[in-house]
Amino acid sequence: MSAAPQKAKPGAEQIPVTVSAVVPLNELVTRFEFKRTDGQAFPTFSGGAHTVVTMNDDGRTRLNPYSLMSDPSDTSMYAISVRRDDNGRGGSLFMHTRVKVGDQMTITYPVHLFSLDLRARKHLFFAGGIGITPFMAMIAQLERMNGNWELHYSVRTEALGSYVDELRYKFPNKVHVYYDDQNQAIPLEDLLDGQPLGANAYVCGPKGMIDWVHATAEAAGWPDAQVHSEEFLAPAPGKPFEVRLCKSDMTVQVGENESLLEAIERAGVEAPFLCRGGACGQCETDVVAYDGDFIHRDHWLDEEQHADGSKIMPCVSRFVGKSLELDR
Amino acid sequence: MSKFQFPESIKSRPVYGTLAPRPGKAHLMIADAEGAEAILELAGQQPDLMAKSHIIYIPKDTGETYTSKLKALKPAQYYEGPSYEASVQRLRHVLANAHQGLQVYLTGTEGLMGQAQNEAMQAGIPHSSIQTEHRGSVARRMQCVHCKGITEDVMHDPFQCAHCGLHLFVRDHYSRRLAAYQGVRVDAEDHGNIPDPVELYS
Repeated sequence: MSAAPQKAKPGAEQIPVTVSAVVPLNELVTRFEFKRTDGQAFPTFSGGAHTVVTMNDDGRTRLNPYSLMSDPSDTSMYAISVRRDDNGRGGSLFMHTRVKVGDQMTITYPVHLFSLDLRARKHLFFAGGIGITPFMAMIAQLERMNGNWELHYSVRTEALGSYVDELRYKFPNKVHVYYDDQNQAIPLEDLLDGQPLGANAYVCGPKGMIDWVHATAEAAGWPDAQVHSEEFLAPAPGKPFEVRLCKSDMTVQVGENESLLEAIERAGVEAPFLCRGGACGQCETDVVAYDGDFIHRDHWLDEEQHADGSKIMPCVSRFVGKSLELDR
Repeated sequence: MSKFQFPESIKSRPVYGTLAPRPGKAHLMIADAEGAEAILELAGQQPDLMAKSHIIYIPKDTGETYTSKLKALKPAQYYEGPSYEASVQRLRHVLANAHQGLQVYLTGTEGLMGQAQNEAMQAGIPHSSIQTEHRGSVARRMQCVHCKGITEDVMHDPFQCAHCGLHLFVRDHYSRRLAAYQGVRVDAEDHGNIPDPVELYS
């Protein structure tokens, strides 16, 4: 018996919510809190889970993943924190400029791709900027279990240090903050040295930081399975291209500022997805034929699959060339 | 030659590799009998590994064959034990005081590798990052599913459980937790109908 809800539609099950609070934290980051519109309790989740928020931007549907950052055992509300990206595709700007308390929105059930390993003797968190969000929920979860953790949090300036004050006040001995503008850096090599066997490291932040943590841990002999990371990619804009969907028997134009997945959805074709950020593997699609070059940007397919042109992750990857035909 | 190519089997059966030096802060090598050869080859690939290595070696019936060669590698620590059981206290102590960055290399018989891997896993090392290389005897460590007793160094199928005396069929069904294969009564349905024992892989 599976407890998972039977899925009729692609993506995780949806929950209608009402925006209950909009809290600007600093110049770039705002927290959004949601209550269930039907008054019921939210499902509990595990720290590190995310939700996909549906935004109705004047008829254009935007679906963006955000880490849930509220206490996982608090079923009365969910919270996300959104960093405004003025040069992004518009999802974060929509959240910052258009979403008001009382608005009705739709979010998905929690989706989990970045979990705590509860066998760990100790949890080391490395956060960069807005990468703090999954750790807020993980910390709340571990505190209830008397978990052994420490946080190393790198922020650009004091003014942009989201949740620094709160974290330092609650956990003065466990939270370490590093300010870029004061030339402070996480002393990663030293921190990884001398940790107990069975310690786990987690990193969430910019790609460079994630790669740095993985490479440094590997060089220090850490087991690969004990270094966890999460990076959501936003689909990058690119040259428009045409795609033929052979099962649906239609041809779709992919615009400069939309992803292949969004174009497929716009055409009314139901395609599976979960994270929409190149991480979960749910939208993996077989390529039937192509003449041109793929721009693979996902973390899911391996290098061989990227090279042989047999599959594409339409949520973040694109195509440049004459023709592309997908099994969708 | 101490290497043996195991036949293809079910997914449950462990698959062993070839030891290779990996970056690490410290290196723990545990071997029995002909497993010494794999350590000598490992050291040959990267001699400076030995300055940070601790070797726990159980010669079993190889006696003095490899001991002076292993000592000549000049590992940071070298221990020789009369049996796995006698060495396990030391192994636990080493693991309890170890830190992330320890690389574990296991080589020799399946029983040794399985039990040492189990200790390392309990100390917090994921099994996927513990290296193993089979050398020497193909004898198995078997658990009787009926009485739960463990019989070491089983070479024949069927064999008689050292605890309850039942005649057991040697299965490839393996438990990482027990570090043992499953032995099931061979005459369960027709008591007394016990086939002649055959040597494993013969």
